[in-house]
Amino acid sequence: MGFEHFWLSGFDQIHTAFWRYLAVGLQNGAVYAMIAVGYTLVYGVLGLINFAHGEVFMCGGFAGVFLTRDILGNRVGTGWGSVGLVLAGIVIGGLVSALVATGVEQVAYRPLRKRHAPKLAFLISAIGASYFLQTLAGKEFGYGVNIFPGQVFEPGKVMFTLFGTPINTITVVSIIAAIVMLVVADRIVRATRLGRGIRAVSQDAETSSLMGVNIDRTITITFILGGALAGAAGFLYSLQSGIVQNAGTEIGIYAFTAAVLGGIGNLRGAALGGLFIGLFGSFSVPFAFEGNVQWTEIYTFLILVLVLIIRPTGILGEKSGRTA
Amino acid sequence: MTIISPANLKRLFLILIVAAVVAIMTGTPGSSTASPTTGVHGSFMERVSWFGLFAAPRWLLFLTLGVIVWLLVSLYRPRARTIRQGIDHVLAFPKELSSRKPTRVTLIVIALVVVILLPKFVHESFWMYLIVEQIGVWILLALGLNVVVGFAGLLDLGFAAFYAIGAYTTAWLTGALPMPALFHHPIPTLWVIPIGILAAMVFGVLLGTPTLRLRGDYLAIVTLGFALIIDDFVETQSGVTGGGVGSSPVPHPSLNVGFWHFHWGISQTPYYYLCLIFVVVFIIVFTSLEHSRIGRAWVAIREDEVAAESVGINPLKYKVMAFAVGAASGGFGGVMSAGLVGIITPGLFTYQVSVNVLVLVIFGGMGSIWGVALGAIVIQTATSYLDNYQPWGYQINDLYMYIGALLIIMMIFRPAGLLPSRRRRREFAMAEGGEEMHTDEVLSGEQP
Repeated sequence: MGFEHFWLSGFDQIHTAFWRYLAVGLQNGAVYAMIAVGYTLVYGVLGLINFAHGEVFMCGGFAGVFLTRDILGNRVGTGWGSVGLVLAGIVIGGLVSALVATGVEQVAYRPLRKRHAPKLAFLISAIGASYFLQTLAGKEFGYGVNIFPGQVFEPGKVMFTLFGTPINTITVVSIIAAIVMLVVADRIVRATRLGRGIRAVSQDAETSSLMGVNIDRTITITFILGGALAGAAGFLYSLQSGIVQNAGTEIGIYAFTAAVLGGIGNLRGAALGGLFIGLFGSFSVPFAFEGNVQWTEIYTFLILVLVLIIRPTGILGEKSGRTA
Repeated sequence: MTIISPANLKRLFLILIVAAVVAIMTGTPGSSTASPTTGVHGSFMERVSWFGLFAAPRWLLFLTLGVIVWLLVSLYRPRARTIRQGIDHVLAFPKELSSRKPTRVTLIVIALVVVILLPKFVHESFWMYLIVEQIGVWILLALGLNVVVGFAGLLDLGFAAFYAIGAYTTAWLTGALPMPALFHHPIPTLWVIPIGILAAMVFGVLLGTPTLRLRGDYLAIVTLGFALIIDDFVETQSGVTGGGVGSSPVPHPSLNVGFWHFHWGISQTPYYYLCLIFVVVFIIVFTSLEHSRIGRAWVAIREDEVAAESVGINPLKYKVMAFAVGAASGGFGGVMSAGLVGIITPGLFTYQVSVNVLVLVIFGGMGSIWGVALGAIVIQTATSYLDNYQPWGYQINDLYMYIGALLIIMMIFRPAGLLPSRRRRREFAMAEGGEEMHTDEVLSGEQP
């Protein structure tokens, strides 16, 4: 198979199934966008990458799967019942992830912050936290894929058909949930008192503490906000593809790529970046050599590397001070 | 000072949380294939019903232990300072001993004699294999990463890539890969050693030149990205690398100089000495580098890059140099490992390997060569022991949980490591604004 043939067959596949790739891309993009916002917010207030954020996402996925089932019972939702189940899953996933995120902040970051430890120490303890959470989840829930049973939607349930392409219910639900939550997060950061605190700390932590902003509290709130979004994303992700104990590493890096692409520290940029990475990943599937999906990973990581090397401030520009 | 004070009750609360976490950590694992309909079987979480939360005996045991620890802590709290100083004193003892020159020379001689005679005492080939593959090779890796993280202060999360380059170069040149060897002429394994080291160094320069312009955390994630790319690439390109199955066996090295023939066969002892020679060589080279002009440039860049640049140090050049030098010993580790293990698979070079090497460096003490070597010996012995004997309900997969916890605990309580390098400890103390630091002490380079 020559290269030209490979290239053309990739475009052929996109041509025949454009809407399917678009739907998958949008669905993944919604998930990445919600995680990327967490990276960006924490980078804004602390000035460092929260390496454990991928694991916060993973915990949300597990909590959504197992707690929803434990609390609400193992039932298949129909009609409004399934809407209730989705909402419950989002809330539970978000709550648990917010808890985990604050836990990570309290254990791995706060003691170092109190001592003004060098940046290297933060990175190392974050890696430690990420390892710890990943393996603990593996120990408790097994190292295989935990598939969410068809209690919310039957797998592959079709909601409507768009240009001859069946669109799954889960796709629509993910996109709507992501849009709602991202808009809420954006409003919180831009238009509330809490958000003003977050923006002030991102701009200048010392001065804002002189102006009466409680820095510790603001940082906790930032972690809660980012964690809740990541947890909701974890639940939505696990509805589609199930959840694995090491899902956080890969998806976390995708979302981080999205955050960097949009200019780290920039909330709206992170959401757009997530959308882009999702679409990019979906449309690069036909270009995987020998149908090996690992190639889409390679392509996405290449984007990360290229963006960081060529334009580390992102496409929309780094605005850590201005929009949180 | 009463036991029932708000601060002390808060301490109780923290200790109980830690006890609960430890109870979960050491508990029985969930099943490996969670059933989609009935939830997790056998896991510790499963036995926790909402009402019988405290009924499970394990919880009770650990929570009681927590209370006991809390009582002890409360009782000994007035004397905490003395105890802490005592611990510091004990830990400082080896360092103090080694700072006197005659003692240091004696210690090095004793250590050399012990390591040279070690194979005489270890008769089981299983342990010999562990010593070479799990400790010797990892000391090489840790020494290499120490140059990058410890000396130059660059966090590299993709160090296993250099290890992989060394190993795959070896497999390629000896004809063990599906891809034909260079010039279709396999060469003996021993001749690959310089080529493997050189290949890793060249790769270090190639990787470092574009990436090392980035700031600390961006650098970490780019090196991680590269490592994942290499990982995926090696796994997918089965026509080149053998994919997930791995290479065919790499031939054991042999030496033919004139009439002297020597073959590294099944026995590990010759490998042990080969590895030992290179460990000693790398320790000597890295120690002299540390005190050379280059080493001082690394320190300058690590402490303040802008200041270093303003006195005429080219940061990029020296950072790339650190990458290349560190890669050399990582590459040799790969060659060594390929010769010893024979069949190399992508599983040997995962992201986890990179983090494990980082753990050795951090545990031992960033920037301190002896500390790193000691850290590698301690941690690798402990993990080999845990993996092989599995005491106290330990499972093989649990290792990374403890490693993660260890990383956090080290960063909170002893960020400079077990045997910290003097300068590194100062940097940590300075950054944290410790009162015992005085500028003149820093300048004179004396122990405070």
